[in-house]
Amino acid sequence: MTDIIKAFVTGGIICVIAQLLIDYTKITPARIMVIFVVSGVILGVLGIYPAIVEFGGAGATIPLTGFGNTLAKGVMKAVNETGLVGVLTGGVKAAAAGISSAITFGYIMAIVSKPKLK
Amino acid sequence: MSTRTGKQTVVLSNPPVVIGGAAIVGKKEGDGPLARYFDQIIDDEYFGEKTFEKAESRLLRDTLAKTLEKCGKSAQDIDFIISGDLQNQCTAASYAFRDVQVSFIGIYGACSTMAESLALGAMLIDGGAAEMTACMTSSHFCSAERQFRYPLEFGSQRTPTSQWTVTGAGCILLGKQGNGPRITHVTCGAIIDMGIKDANNMGGAMAPAACDTILRHLQDTGRSLDYYDLVLTGDLGSFGRSILTRLLKDNGVDPEGRYEDCGCMIFDLERQDVVCGGSGCGCSATVLSAYILELMNQKKLNRVLFVATGALHSPTWIQQGESVPCIAHAVSLENVS
Repeated sequence: MTDIIKAFVTGGIICVIAQLLIDYTKITPARIMVIFVVSGVILGVLGIYPAIVEFGGAGATIPLTGFGNTLAKGVMKAVNETGLVGVLTGGVKAAAAGISSAITFGYIMAIVSKPKLK
Repeated sequence: MSTRTGKQTVVLSNPPVVIGGAAIVGKKEGDGPLARYFDQIIDDEYFGEKTFEKAESRLLRDTLAKTLEKCGKSAQDIDFIISGDLQNQCTAASYAFRDVQVSFIGIYGACSTMAESLALGAMLIDGGAAEMTACMTSSHFCSAERQFRYPLEFGSQRTPTSQWTVTGAGCILLGKQGNGPRITHVTCGAIIDMGIKDANNMGGAMAPAACDTILRHLQDTGRSLDYYDLVLTGDLGSFGRSILTRLLKDNGVDPEGRYEDCGCMIFDLERQDVVCGGSGCGCSATVLSAYILELMNQKKLNRVLFVATGALHSPTWIQQGESVPCIAHAVSLENVS
């Protein structure tokens, strides 16, 4: 139960930051998403994001910043194992499950559903 | 024959008559305060078609049919259909009228399209080129989101200054003779670009264009704003409306009490979660063709200055860092005794 609350609070704070950017800046939603991924990479490299994941679990790994963190983690691991070529291979390799499932489930949902007004 | 007065205004010496009009809107608009004035409210955003784009085309087609039916006319009585929309290459209109054998003039004025088509239609009639013109336009929330922002499937969040694109089409039939309000003056606006780059703040970008056209119209005609019972802007929304009010006051014109905005009228801003109000070509077109026309026919309004505003940007230009060029066209509708 404590884990769930921690995840909820962590994920919630990340979303609040995004909402504040939408409400108080002129940054478009697409750019906010890019900023989140890049921030995740930087925080991952600095070792800050892994600490957030340690605390918040899925609340930190599910948002886009978590995707950035995974990319950073993958690159660092691959560079250690295979050298500099890991910069190119590590990120996508580590995020493979996320990317593939996004494409697969996105495709399935596109087939079975029809967009409607909110 | 039409004559010019001042810098941008055309005086129509035999003012064309608004024979009638019709408007068909979507469900959300049908939940709004003007619901009872619309000719038809469609519950399904697909309108029985396969895509949103086709649904918008059908809105136009059905609105023309409804207008003709109400006025007791047939398509063959029309000399020109003047229409446009927000889809790429104005295709909602082009596809809508491919089976109607009538001269077609496709125009793009973004949300100013209704005033633009009325201005052109009135000048064609007064100039002797036509006996009757159908002036119309449409917009569809779902096709406009895909065109200007993100596809609905993406589920993007809306910003605090954003407006809600109206799903609907409006049509006004103009004729040389008949009973109804007349179009006496037309002031086609110049493009005004104040450097606003936020494509989610159309109201703020368009307000200076509306101000410019209104002031130009008053100067050209020698009229004061008090001459009109109502000055009706297209779709500035609540945010743009307050900016225009301030801009007009700064220029010594107080619009209080005789100024309304279609974007603020079509939805209940408190209740309907539309942020700053309605927008899109269909916004001013449906409010004018249904509600305002009804009030004018009942003589509750006798002099209306209809000022539809448009943001003439495209997503490509915005992505390339450019600002939003805006326009406003004014059409003077009057019950002439």
